[in-house]
Amino acid sequence: MDLVGFLASRWQAILQLTAEHLVIVVTAMAISVILGVVIGIAITFNRAAARIVLKFANLMMTIPSLALFALLIPVLGLGKASAIVGLVAYTQLPLIRTVYAGIMTIDSTIIVAARGMGLSDRTILFKIKVPLALPAVMAGIRTAAVMGIGIGAIAGYIGAGGLGVFIFQGINRTSDGMVLTGAIILSLIAILTDQVLGQVLGRVQRRFDP
Amino acid sequence: MIRFENVSKWYPGGVADAVDNLSLFINEGEICVLVGSSGCGKTTTMKMINKLIEPSSGTIYLDGQNIETLDTLTLRLNIGYIIQEIGLFPHMTVAENVATIPVELGWKPLRIKARVEELLDLVDLDPRLFGRKKPRELNASQKLRVGIARALAANPMIMLMDEPFGALDPVARTRMQDEFLTIHQKIHKTIVLVTHDIDEAIRMGDRIAVMRNGRVLQFDTPREILSHPADPFVSELIGDRKALKLMNLISCAQLMHDVSEFRQTWNRDFKAGGTLPGASTIGMQATAQDALAEMFRTGERFLFVEDDSHQVQGVIELDDLFKSVSQGDDARKQ
Repeated sequence: MDLVGFLASRWQAILQLTAEHLVIVVTAMAISVILGVVIGIAITFNRAAARIVLKFANLMMTIPSLALFALLIPVLGLGKASAIVGLVAYTQLPLIRTVYAGIMTIDSTIIVAARGMGLSDRTILFKIKVPLALPAVMAGIRTAAVMGIGIGAIAGYIGAGGLGVFIFQGINRTSDGMVLTGAIILSLIAILTDQVLGQVLGRVQRRFDP
Repeated sequence: MIRFENVSKWYPGGVADAVDNLSLFINEGEICVLVGSSGCGKTTTMKMINKLIEPSSGTIYLDGQNIETLDTLTLRLNIGYIIQEIGLFPHMTVAENVATIPVELGWKPLRIKARVEELLDLVDLDPRLFGRKKPRELNASQKLRVGIARALAANPMIMLMDEPFGALDPVARTRMQDEFLTIHQKIHKTIVLVTHDIDEAIRMGDRIAVMRNGRVLQFDTPREILSHPADPFVSELIGDRKALKLMNLISCAQLMHDVSEFRQTWNRDFKAGGTLPGASTIGMQATAQDALAEMFRTGERFLFVEDDSHQVQGVIELDDLFKSVSQGDDARKQ
């Protein structure tokens, strides 16, 4: 079946799977960003913890994504839960690392001045460290989001739905139209997300960069 | 105002930056300079005042209160702090930087705005021109000005300054030192200034504590340190041209003597105003060094000192300059 024919006949399924894909990725990213930012900030207060956490996050990313999902299936079963948990685990590293680096690379004299003038740790964190780390954090979110959209395709393999379904089924049925539909829409979403977040990043950088 | 009582700070595995049984009293309203080479403990001493470093033993009193009994943040909010890099917050405007502490203290917006403008005026930055600039748009002197304004925002009793002029080129440095002295005359804070530059110490300090290996070798006025260094190390630190440096600290008002006496000795034709024809004059605030330069320029062995309204108040002779700085002459000490 050719691409145009497939698009015309299956547009409802296409919309549904695209929506499903977005729901999975957006849910996973929301959890991942919150978790990554909190962990990334938390480990700036303890060097030893930072080393362990970063090593662990690195490990999560080193595990091949398909294997990671497969490992989750015995625990969470087939379906969206495994997909979301897998995506969260997989996108933690870029987030934690950029948040951590974003805060740790702030010119230490700024922090010394802030402490010396009597600002509380809380004020320093929220009014100085976080705003100054924001451009780096935004860059991390951008990387993680694009990664999440791509790896989200594997969700189709473990019964979570999403655009991966087209790709895997298309391969099984040797349907070029189906494979291409999944692949093209997936790529478009990734490119669009990257562009939009790039714009946001630029704006944040202009606002907050020294 | 600030009293150190047998304060020591030691670090595991090293003597660098340590402080050894230091006792010091810093008067209200004076500029106290801690001077010494790096690792001598001067910055450690300063940072113990605002509890950035905790002493290993001994006690520091502020206005008679042991600082250990004071809340750390409250203490710091009442002490202005300026470091060499200034550490302005790059994501905030100049006005927001200056407003940091007032905002933290919960002042009303109108009061903050007025205070920021007042402070920027004080440090000679036009609030309308600089208020909305970001730190990256400022040069080193302007950054320092903003740093001074920020440190003064909540009207602290004390200012701690760690090599504040260190980032400036020599010309800007001298200018900012002078300007800071002018600002200090208006604000009358107790200031503790750390520097490795003895000339800066002599220029800025009401009293100077020369430090080495965590100990104070000498704590005295610049004049006394120059004329009677307590220790070979102090002499070495002061370096050469000691006499000229000393002359910088003596004003013509201190040196001049009565014109009538002078008139008898010289027995020459005096003009009605009291000066000799063609004789040069100098202001009362000029230094002995200025007077020396002026005598060398005119080739005369004397010059007249006049007040702001050009009335002759006295005369200085070359001999007076000699006596003012010669070793062992204690008569002129004040």
